[in-house]
Amino acid sequence: MAIIDDLGQTLEKMPGGSVILTSFDALLDWSRGHSLWSQPMGTACCAMELIASSFSKFDLDRHGTFPRADPRSVDVMVVAGTISRKMAPAVLRVWEQMAEPRWCIAMGNCTVSGGIFHYDTYAVMPGVDSFLPVDVYIAGCPPRPEALQDAILQLRDKIRNESVAGGRTYEHKLLLPTSSPRVAIEDRGESA
Amino acid sequence: MTNDAQGTAAEIVSDGPSVREMVVNVGPSHPSTHGVCRIITHLDGEVVTEADLVIGYLHRGIEKIAENRTYLQVVPLTDRLDYVGSMYNNWAYSRAVEKLMGITVPERAEYLRVITCELQRVASHMMAVGSAGNDAGATSFFVLAFWIREQVVDLLARLSGSRLTYNYVRPGGVSFDIPEDGWVEDLRALCKKTPAALEELDRLFFGNVIAKDRTKGIGVLSAEDAIAAGVTGPSLRASGVDFDLRRDEPYSVYDRFSFDVVVGESGDSFERSRCRLLECYESLRIIEQALDQMEPGRTTAPSIPRLIAPPAGEVYERIESARGTLGVYLVSDGSVRPWRMKVRSPAFTNLSVVGTLAVGHTISDLVIIVGSFDPVFGEVDR
Repeated sequence: MAIIDDLGQTLEKMPGGSVILTSFDALLDWSRGHSLWSQPMGTACCAMELIASSFSKFDLDRHGTFPRADPRSVDVMVVAGTISRKMAPAVLRVWEQMAEPRWCIAMGNCTVSGGIFHYDTYAVMPGVDSFLPVDVYIAGCPPRPEALQDAILQLRDKIRNESVAGGRTYEHKLLLPTSSPRVAIEDRGESA
Repeated sequence: MTNDAQGTAAEIVSDGPSVREMVVNVGPSHPSTHGVCRIITHLDGEVVTEADLVIGYLHRGIEKIAENRTYLQVVPLTDRLDYVGSMYNNWAYSRAVEKLMGITVPERAEYLRVITCELQRVASHMMAVGSAGNDAGATSFFVLAFWIREQVVDLLARLSGSRLTYNYVRPGGVSFDIPEDGWVEDLRALCKKTPAALEELDRLFFGNVIAKDRTKGIGVLSAEDAIAAGVTGPSLRASGVDFDLRRDEPYSVYDRFSFDVVVGESGDSFERSRCRLLECYESLRIIEQALDQMEPGRTTAPSIPRLIAPPAGEVYERIESARGTLGVYLVSDGSVRPWRMKVRSPAFTNLSVVGTLAVGHTISDLVIIVGSFDPVFGEVDR
């Protein structure tokens, strides 16, 4: 019953044991939080740790997170690795293909802020939150697989407090610098 | 798929050249491109008639950033080039700086570099072989190969403090000596038990009739073409060219070890992956010999200043990385920052033949061909 206990105080057991009462929100958030299939958007070094986290030693699958390289069937996008200005429209396009509700984990310093490439390069986006709504940030260059597990658990906590009635809006502003021809919105059609 | 490629059903099933060409875009976010490579494939049915590789999706301008950093600050940047085999980048860059400065590296540091880089070769090859198997559908094989990689990475993390970006080999030596927590014994134990695990991998995939059918005869690269395109490393040796910098141009202390250079024959995807697997045995042999020969001593050259300002000049140093000949070209103008750094990337050069090799194969074979060259896009795009 450990998983049922996650529903917390919103759960009420009826006498007899086979019927439980709970709120729709709690049930929905519980089920969403425990099967977060992920889109591994691995571009660089962090992708190695992303792979390692799903394999034998760390086994992220036990948290209900299963990597699926198919944006239509996933809930959370793990952006792992440097996102260059050329890659950013492709990442955004995959994000737009994902069905709502959707969440985003920024894994590694490059996705948080640009990392060691932040200051003096012309080619790297200063963090994916400049064009994606990020839910959980993981620092590290690269972060250990345990950090990704922690991020999944934190995301689960975050999902637990969401409400269907309130609704999450994803009207994120497109902050890609349109002055650069590489990431102009018109270009998004041809990439990816 | 472009709009004009949607022919009628009759057109598509009709045999003969009337079937219209279809353009399928693979990548840049695709699980089988081993990174962020985009391949624009022109298909006749399922058969690739043309494959254009579009690279640059991971271009970070590392060579340009290096011009703004001091010589020691460049070392962490080189970690992020070939992130599956970071040690090699550290080493190639450090050798270039040492040559520029005229530094002699202590012997113990050279042995430690050999040991860590051969460990790195095992880790890198396990990633390459495993993901090449994964492309052919052998996911359990990938998991087993990754388990060997995890054990190696653990040892490297205990030595350098990091699992992936080590920053361990530095100009003048290495950053840490061996820890006193039984690291050497654990490494020896690993060298003893890993060959059995490698044999299991060999039997599981390369002895499997399905895997053989899937990879043999796919993407055959002849020795002449390989040399003409500048392909190096296991991809070149799989085509039957006996060339290994560790033996033919021995740098560091490689002339003190006895090891065999694994040379293949057919030059197809099967051979390229298998050569990588067999090289791991030789790496383990080298590590055992190095552990036997190593003696206590310094791990960094004495009197390396914090701010290196080499005399003006230019150097080119090359080493044998897991992917092939990794070269670093450095130009110094006498200041504390490199005037120019250029990396001769084996992954980039090896990838250049993929487009022509894929022609005539089906699109599912294209994935296997790309995987068999083991591209790492941090190094391709730099």
